[in-house]
Amino acid sequence: MKHNLTIAVASGKGGTGKTTIAANLAYSIGYNVRLLDCDVEEPNSHIFLKPEIVSREKIGVPVPEIDESKCNYCGECGRICVFSAIVPLKDSIITFPELCHGCGGCSLVCPEKAIKEIDRETGVLEIGWSDKIEFVQGRLNIGEAMSPPLIRAVKKHVKKDGITIIDAPPGTSCPVIESVKDSDYVVLVTEPTPFGLNDLKLAVGMVRELGIPFGVVVNRATIGDRCMDSYCLKENIKILLKIPDKRKIAEAYSRGELAVNAFPEYKYIFEELFSLISGEILEETEYKL
Amino acid sequence: MKIAVTSQGDTINSPVDPRFGRAAKIFVIETDSGETRVVNNMQNVNLTQGAGIQAAENVSHLGVQYVITGHCGPKAFRTLKSAGIKVVVGAKGTIAEALEDLKTGKLTSSDNPDVEGHWI
Amino acid sequence: MKELVVISGKGGTGKTSIVASFAALAEKKVIADCDVDAADLHLILGSKIQKKNEFAGGKLAVINPDLCTGCGICTELCRFDAVSPVNGKTGIPGVSINRLMCEGCGVCANFCPVNAIELKEKVSGEWYISESRYGPMVHARLGIAEDNSGKLVSLVRLNAKNIAENRKYDLVIIDGSPGIGCPVIASVTGASLVLAVTEPTLSGLHDLKRVISLAEHFNIRLVVCINKYDINTDMSRQIEEYCLTKKLKVVGKIPYDTIVTKAQIAGASVVEYAGKPVTFSIKKMWREIFYIIG
Repeated sequence: MKHNLTIAVASGKGGTGKTTIAANLAYSIGYNVRLLDCDVEEPNSHIFLKPEIVSREKIGVPVPEIDESKCNYCGECGRICVFSAIVPLKDSIITFPELCHGCGGCSLVCPEKAIKEIDRETGVLEIGWSDKIEFVQGRLNIGEAMSPPLIRAVKKHVKKDGITIIDAPPGTSCPVIESVKDSDYVVLVTEPTPFGLNDLKLAVGMVRELGIPFGVVVNRATIGDRCMDSYCLKENIKILLKIPDKRKIAEAYSRGELAVNAFPEYKYIFEELFSLISGEILEETEYKL
Repeated sequence: MKIAVTSQGDTINSPVDPRFGRAAKIFVIETDSGETRVVNNMQNVNLTQGAGIQAAENVSHLGVQYVITGHCGPKAFRTLKSAGIKVVVGAKGTIAEALEDLKTGKLTSSDNPDVEGHWI
Repeated sequence: MKELVVISGKGGTGKTSIVASFAALAEKKVIADCDVDAADLHLILGSKIQKKNEFAGGKLAVINPDLCTGCGICTELCRFDAVSPVNGKTGIPGVSINRLMCEGCGVCANFCPVNAIELKEKVSGEWYISESRYGPMVHARLGIAEDNSGKLVSLVRLNAKNIAENRKYDLVIIDGSPGIGCPVIASVTGASLVLAVTEPTLSGLHDLKRVISLAEHFNIRLVVCINKYDINTDMSRQIEEYCLTKKLKVVGKIPYDTIVTKAQIAGASVVEYAGKPVTFSIKKMWREIFYIIG
């Protein structure tokens, strides 16, 4: 088994159970494992793992600050900026930090070296422990539009020796890509409904474009979910696990309880899931060799 | 006094374009001499981001004291203000009518943008 | 003209199902599906596309391998891990630009000493004007791994408003996306009313609080709906008490019912099923919202 493993848990549709799977998986592995909550807009895994936070770090993005005593309003910075974040006028210059992507172009191009980059706070990075599980989460400031820089900061904490479980945000756009990229495996969590299937197809497209091996967990599975089964069969996608649609599971979740704690049989189910995933990764690696 | 008016057409009888950032054209008039010119704003219409800011930046090079338009969002407003240009919103009808409204005081310059930002 | 935006913070609380029901109940309105990342509303409302438009969300750096000398300046300058060195076909080093990571900032193109990189407009999605079963609908599809969802959301919203104005309708109903970031902000700024749909779980309450903070930050009126409230009546009560402390109205408490999924599978909105408690609750909530929005 690989010593260094990163498993991302993602989904197209929100609310399918990513956090449930990620938190329970991390908990069942139990040691030499780190959970990164990259759903920085609405981080929830802390509700289930209940970590003790030992450090908090403010995370920012670099934005331009102009020394107007050096600026001659040549306009070069405005010409390079595609985001309209820096606007040189005839004899004044203004910036729109909320539009800035932190590319560094303006300060590089300024012939008078009048621009330096300062940090604009976008969120908080929190590190802690839950039993023997290492825990890292990002929490985006309210009103902040851009999450990828904060997600990048969380991703810096991928374990170099051990297992990392990533709780990704829902969807398939750039915050999800940022969370999921460079992982060894992606678990796509879905539910057997028309919305679930529709969004799963989008998520499958995403992981295929990223070129990362993946499998599916069907949450709230019912006996009649033929659409999901036939789609996965047709696409040659492995269904790793089906969690039944049971009210008691929903109730435990609503109380912030881990399934592996509330129901002893789930400890084995999630250990099995981890074995299955590790096996899939091994197979994929051997196949590539 | 030089005034810029967002315009849908090329003449002083053209209707005012209610949007600032994505207005098709900018009609410029020097009220003392009566000289006019029309500046194309089309390059901003399809901008992915910051149309209002870019339009404001373009206008700032025209040497105008006033901009008359229908609506102006916060980023464009701030850019115009930084360039020392007064912003007049709520203009309706033709450019000629808007200029008359400014003259008679029916329209005055604003201290604030009148619409929300679009996140564009 | 009024804009009602339905958001949730946490995904999966039932926003889209509720918007579909509102579409069936409301008259003279335009529907806007602003969940551009994972749009589902058309699955229930149906959509006969009348007009399709491309969405240019940004730029993409494209390398010309014939000009590249492998100097590596672009790799050094790229802040987004989008540029990496590769070995060219004839052993000459070059670079590859990862389209998923490229933010289109143009720094690489600007500083390439041999002009081997071009910054090109990219099509990052599409938006549509459609006729649904319940009237005009504007919706969109953002391409995989694309960003600038805020701009696409704004486009959908703007076009929905235009259609409403043209048809002399008073209302736009917007289905928002999960989270509190860019696409959600673009959906709610300037809206007449936000409906936050939550569920009676700890996660639901946690995320509702952040949504409420967001509405406060942008000074927008907000009301709350507790969906599937009977899954955990203690949690529901906690949510109600929290809303009370924040002086926020709970306009609906919708019971859990498997008919919601059955309706989805049938491609119907829940309120088309008469005589069910869930239908009654949604109708009652709609009347409440209609009154508040004015």
